[in-house]
Amino acid sequence: MSTSLRNNGAAFLALSAAALLVAGLGLALFWAPEDADQGISQKIFYVHVPVALTSYAAFFWAAWKALRLLWKGGERYDLESYTAVHMGVIFGVLTLVTGSIWAKVSWGHWWVWSERQLTLFLILFLFYSAYFMLRYSTDPGPRRSRTSAVYALFGVALIPVSFMAIRLAEGLIHPVVFKRSGPDMDGTMFVTFCVCLAAMLALAGGLYLLELSGKRADASLRELRERLA
Amino acid sequence: MSTGEKYLWAAYLVLFAAVLLYVVLIALKVGRLERELAELARATRDRSEGARG
Repeated sequence: MSTSLRNNGAAFLALSAAALLVAGLGLALFWAPEDADQGISQKIFYVHVPVALTSYAAFFWAAWKALRLLWKGGERYDLESYTAVHMGVIFGVLTLVTGSIWAKVSWGHWWVWSERQLTLFLILFLFYSAYFMLRYSTDPGPRRSRTSAVYALFGVALIPVSFMAIRLAEGLIHPVVFKRSGPDMDGTMFVTFCVCLAAMLALAGGLYLLELSGKRADASLRELRERLA
Repeated sequence: MSTGEKYLWAAYLVLFAAVLLYVVLIALKVGRLERELAELARATRDRSEGARG
């Protein structure tokens, strides 16, 4: 992707994210009905679930780029995979924080260790956080790129486990919203959720392209400095 | 404001604060890149003037 196209893409995604976030917030607060059981606090769902799904999407994207690196080679995939992991971890932090706030108001606790869904997401998050330690413990070069790519690919295997844990676990208190029969919510809630999910994906996409531009500029500057030295 | 509303706003504010923090960090990074680029441009200029002189 050329630099101008990427910058235009980042600007388009940033504007889309801003418009969709405002729309999503408006729909969540003023249009979507209050949950009969949880009341207004259920509206945290419109932030928490899209943020979590965006985090999964970023990790999938990192794995895809890692696979392309191992398959075809090319240093650009290393930087793209690294940036996607970076985004996934940021959205992972947001998932854990918004989830804890929702847990406190709904269950009376900030964290429940017996919930496999929560614990598995935490494991996934810590696994990808360790990616940075692995990456910066080796010198830059093809070896580091390949090791990081293999690690990013391994991590993606944890995502279906984390996602399915909620369906496999017994006696849990974490709600199941998406079932085989479809989403367990009314039409207005589902539309609001879709707008919020699109907003988070656009936000993550915009930040990903912005971060990638920054990292590429950094790498080019480093190369120039070395040549001039 | 009910307890539920307080927690709801807290969750939304966390997202807003994270985006704001990210924008600040990106702005700092752009500033650093700009300074380094100016430094490199100066070094290149000095080098080419030295070669000419």
